[in-house]
Amino acid sequence: MIGADLITALPEVVLALYALAALMVGVYGGKDKLAEPILWATAGLMVLLALLVGSKGLAPVVAFNGMYLADAFAHFTKMIILISAAIVLVMGQSYLTARGLLRFEYPILIALAVVGMMLMVSSGDLILLYMGLELQSLALYVVATMNRDSSRSTEAGLKYYILGALASGLLLYGASLTYGYAGTTLFSGIISVISDEGMSLGLLMGLAFMLAGLAFKVSAVPFHMWTPDVYEGAPTPVTAFFATAPKVAAMALIARLVHEAFGVVPGDWSQIIAFLAVASMFLGAIAAIGQRNIKRLMAYSSISHMGFALVGLAAGTAQGVQGMLIYMAIYVTMNIGVFAFILMMERDGKPVLDILDLRQYAKAEPLRALALLVLMFSLAGVPPLVGFFGKFYVLWAAVNAGLTWLAVAGVIASVIGAFYYLRIVYYMYFGDEIEPLDHVRAPVQSTLLVASAAVMVLGVINLFGIEGAAELAAAALVR
Amino acid sequence: MVGLEHYLTVAAALFVIGIFGIFLNRKNIIVILMSIELMLLAVNINLVAFSSYLNDLAGQVFTMFVLTVAAAEAAIGLAILVCFFRNRGTIDVESVNVMKG
Repeated sequence: MIGADLITALPEVVLALYALAALMVGVYGGKDKLAEPILWATAGLMVLLALLVGSKGLAPVVAFNGMYLADAFAHFTKMIILISAAIVLVMGQSYLTARGLLRFEYPILIALAVVGMMLMVSSGDLILLYMGLELQSLALYVVATMNRDSSRSTEAGLKYYILGALASGLLLYGASLTYGYAGTTLFSGIISVISDEGMSLGLLMGLAFMLAGLAFKVSAVPFHMWTPDVYEGAPTPVTAFFATAPKVAAMALIARLVHEAFGVVPGDWSQIIAFLAVASMFLGAIAAIGQRNIKRLMAYSSISHMGFALVGLAAGTAQGVQGMLIYMAIYVTMNIGVFAFILMMERDGKPVLDILDLRQYAKAEPLRALALLVLMFSLAGVPPLVGFFGKFYVLWAAVNAGLTWLAVAGVIASVIGAFYYLRIVYYMYFGDEIEPLDHVRAPVQSTLLVASAAVMVLGVINLFGIEGAAELAAAALVR
Repeated sequence: MVGLEHYLTVAAALFVIGIFGIFLNRKNIIVILMSIELMLLAVNINLVAFSSYLNDLAGQVFTMFVLTVAAAEAAIGLAILVCFFRNRGTIDVESVNVMKG
């Protein structure tokens, strides 16, 4: 019995045991001399586990008495999480090594955060939801503070920690109310109580508190205050990680919670999510206009993108979940490309982050500038690039669910948001002459940048089949 | 007779005090860490009260997990605070202001 359950949860078990073993090897072995091998081993293991998860069948498996769910939805999001985490690890390696920041704990903490995220997307119980979320968050607080001699990095870590702990408290308070009024912590138990006895006030309060806590984790307005500061203060490879895998995991967790535990009363949560979506889309689009620091700009961009993904969830249908999954997969691909570019922004060997420093970049580096142009157009949602299809799917799902006003708001917000993406392109091609940025020889980053841009162009043919996979994943969640 | 609602009222009061402690406190970051603990303990009172009322052990198991995580969280918070103090020489709430906008 327990053996079969452990086999079902094999990817998490393997990664957790690996992290513990690697920690021992690091401590008793060569300390930071081993950082690079451990980093490559972690990335390799994550790719292997992604293949393992991807090879699992479509039939949903329930383990640990309903606490752990292994269905197509979990497999789809786990593959995105594992692959993007592996890519971000490899992508940041040279940057961290050059600045003496690559400690052996870094890949181990990322591995533990990934274990937490995998548990989050597989959770079928409030206890596992909380434990997965905390495992992820505690590891991320530490990596945000990784550059411990920098006052910016420690301040970012401190802000992230305080607001993150507050959000965990809100989530936990909601979980305790849900437990009290449903009498069980299992999602399957909560939904059967609701369908038998209806939605009591206590359950509604519990749902609202839990959504508030989770909205913090996806940095949806009004719980977004930490995002720009943490993105700016944390070392750039860590910021790249924050912008990708944790967002997917938290978004999947919201989808899991509202559909598995509260799926019979979509009216109660879709209003809350629709509000979060509208506020995030507009604040992300408007507040980014005044930003010159490209990391802060990407922070507001991610707030806005999370708003669009939430539009898909607000629809409350299988089509909406499918749209959200497609959107997150595309969002992660674009962000990997953009952060690969940011990692290469240097002058005299020092990282620069001001977008005004990109003026006339296209003259010196035509290929990289073209790739960034494609990514910026895709982030803005300009057709026919892949980023447009992501927005199209979520907005279409909202229209089909009768939320036309939400779709209209989304279109307006995306037009406002296009301004700051296109401004970067304008500076690169038409800005004044300034002292150019260094030509950085970074094979990994430039390959990822160009590959990500190529995906944005070539993906218009069939989105690399992600549409069908997301449909199967959504069908596993919304029954 | 002390019933479920009394426990829930105490827990709600402690939780709100914790939240206000985070937002209204303008002096010391340690006080914020204490407020976070207070919030988590309020949740524990809730869970144990419900667990006893429902005759169901899951709530107490949940409480054990929350206690463990709260300890880990406090350890990480203090470690981050030590790093912050080394860089800035102060732990005033007002000093957390390098990044703005």
